[in-house]
Amino acid sequence: MAEKVTLVVFSGDMDKALAAFNIAIGAASMGMEVSMFFTFWGLNLIKKNQGSIKSKGIMRKMLNFMNRGGSKRLPLSKFHMFGLGKWMMGRLMRDINFPSPQELLAMAHQSGVKFIACTTSMGIMGISKDAFIPEVDSYAGVATYLGEAKEGKINLFV
Amino acid sequence: MKADATLDCVGLYCPMPIYNTANKLKELKPGQVLEVLASDEGIKADAPAWCKATGNELLGIEEKAGEYKVYIKKSK
Repeated sequence: MAEKVTLVVFSGDMDKALAAFNIAIGAASMGMEVSMFFTFWGLNLIKKNQGSIKSKGIMRKMLNFMNRGGSKRLPLSKFHMFGLGKWMMGRLMRDINFPSPQELLAMAHQSGVKFIACTTSMGIMGISKDAFIPEVDSYAGVATYLGEAKEGKINLFV
Repeated sequence: MKADATLDCVGLYCPMPIYNTANKLKELKPGQVLEVLASDEGIKADAPAWCKATGNELLGIEEKAGEYKVYIKKSK
């Protein structure tokens, strides 16, 4: 049986997303079985880039308006500077032919990395399944994560 | 060294060289040799680590003027 790797992706920051996808793709390329659990701000990585997030209630509507998410909209954790820093980082990445977050996401999916979305975070924030990209394999909670992490040789929290 | 196929990863950074290597090696038959061209120095450590984890044989790494030629023999 293939060795297992799990990643909890808590952060919605672009730079941390790069690290998470990088490790996931690397592990899959080494023949390992990889699961990425997206929770809280990390859900932003697997939201669709198109359309608006529909939710009920003024507070959730406000939250989902301000925290729109999508792999193209992730901020940098440092030097974001209202998007200027992110734009510059994007230029630097393109300069060396490094893939964008959405390209890394596609590569991870093609390599067989499983994407799992945390239903509790979805409940808190009032986000429904149609806000997410079709690449999401399943919607689950902590027991699913721990069940996989127990078998995991490498378990990371990003 | 003689190779059955060549993969150009010059100008690419981690994880692209190992990602591309893993995909390219799927096209080869067991016993065939893949030559990977790379410029990212990380390949010197990553190629042996990748081979060890996947059970493929690393025949050697040649280094010349900041470019690396990695030879991997597909084992299974």
